[in-house]
Amino acid sequence: MFRRIEPAAADIRFSYEGREIVAQPGDSVATALLLAGETSLRTTPISGSARAPYCMMGVCFECLMEIDGVGNRQACLTPVKAGMQVQRQRGARELL
Amino acid sequence: MSETWDVAVIGAGPAGLAAATLLAEQQARVVLLDEQAEPGGQIYRGIERARNHAALLSALGDDYRRGTDVVTRFRASAAAYRPGSLVWQVTPQREVWFSNGGRSHVIEAKVVVLATGAMERPVPLPGWTLPGVMTAGALQIMLKSSGVVPDEPFVIAGSGPLLYLLVQQCLAVGARPEAVLETASRGDAWRALPHLPAAMRSRDLAKGLAMIAALRRSGVPRFRRVSDIQIEGTDAVSGIRFRGGGREHHLATRLVALHEGVIPAQQMARSIGCAFAWDATQRCFAPVVDEWGNSSINDVMIAGDAAGIGGARVAEHAGRIVALEALRRTGRIDAVQRDTLASADWQARRTHLAIRRFLDVRYAPRAEILHPADDVLVCRCEEVSASALREVVRQGCLGPNQAKAFLRAGMGPCQGRLCGPVVSEVIAEARKVNPGEVGYYRVRPPLKPIAVGELIAPET
Repeated sequence: MFRRIEPAAADIRFSYEGREIVAQPGDSVATALLLAGETSLRTTPISGSARAPYCMMGVCFECLMEIDGVGNRQACLTPVKAGMQVQRQRGARELL
Repeated sequence: MSETWDVAVIGAGPAGLAAATLLAEQQARVVLLDEQAEPGGQIYRGIERARNHAALLSALGDDYRRGTDVVTRFRASAAAYRPGSLVWQVTPQREVWFSNGGRSHVIEAKVVVLATGAMERPVPLPGWTLPGVMTAGALQIMLKSSGVVPDEPFVIAGSGPLLYLLVQQCLAVGARPEAVLETASRGDAWRALPHLPAAMRSRDLAKGLAMIAALRRSGVPRFRRVSDIQIEGTDAVSGIRFRGGGREHHLATRLVALHEGVIPAQQMARSIGCAFAWDATQRCFAPVVDEWGNSSINDVMIAGDAAGIGGARVAEHAGRIVALEALRRTGRIDAVQRDTLASADWQARRTHLAIRRFLDVRYAPRAEILHPADDVLVCRCEEVSASALREVVRQGCLGPNQAKAFLRAGMGPCQGRLCGPVVSEVIAEARKVNPGEVGYYRVRPPLKPIAVGELIAPET
């Protein structure tokens, strides 16, 4: 659904649900996953409906993911790091 | 003991950067906390990296490039800078609690300056929770921070200057929208006319007209006075249906960008207890501040769009004006020195504000999104519909905090950031009063999700 306007400068590789994702420095986890063709990053606790990043600036919390074992991380505010382990968040996580 | 600063500035957009820079240049001990990894806020996002990408910089335009000056001057100053800091509590005693690198920290400041900027007004439409619906600002952020654009036809819908700017920026890098749906009404165009002479004093009016002319020349299908937008799809967007020019239209698309203007980010100022008032012209709540940015809480100041929408250049001057008042409050200068030092910024701020009233009226949000149809979700997190909200109002619910108790609206992960403005409007409409009268959610810390362990053992 998305493309880069110039080729990536350097590679950062991380894992999403066991799949290797190639990103570049400065990408947020959310941008890297949208770029990799992932359309939904979590499901809601109430109805289980699919959600995806909406605002990309930390307001909507639709991009909550489990990153390196910590749930409820905002993927749009988290810069990619090599070797990061990212999981889709299904349903609720404790808010605190 | 925790660190003590003269001034803690929160937010590294134009207001926060300008404030921190001036404070440091005047030898105040100032720290700037920001949740992003890089300075610039949303408007100048990715500005330091974009410098090395000529094509991107040219596509983003001169107004974006302005951010280079703001950030360079900040970097050259002695201001302490803590990127990647999620501020999760500010107390009225000016303790600032934030999480950075998985650890919580607390600092104290004689003056706290909130420069938390704006957010895009929520656009509750049928289907707005579907994957594939984003805000225009979200697409712009991906372009600025990663040089990423849609690689398939997409639809841009809504109103306001950002809409035309995004179209221009996308066209410049070869990402052609399938259509632009403009929701601004003819009535608002007439109502805006009296504000046109003032707007003509601003360079921004010519820029805006040039953007619209570029859209016209591009041949991208443009639908005007659009209403009744419905986004279709089951697990993701498949199309958009709308009325325009008296006819029903349908477009197949997998990506829709919505935009209906911006409003102040309220969360932090409300959590401290700063007084807010309803702004009928900008159709949003804004904190009560005096001309120097003093909020209702002593030594808590608010600068830039967080205090009322004016745009990036206004925010920059407001940041400097607030910084000068902070210098006075900390005893570094007196009121006469403050007034002298601020006079150029007051002048510049007035010039940049000249177009604002025209924009506020010309691109006023329309009833369709302020008072969404019954089946539309107003609270995305807890999946509360407009009809459920209207039903509890019929049962006697008077305001947003009661609605929270009845429906859990505003209790999900976004903590009411996105549904708050909608919930107040819907309740106000149902009660036939204005949103100022029904009020807003009480906002409590923590303002960001943090691990319990961080609460127990803050690092100082």
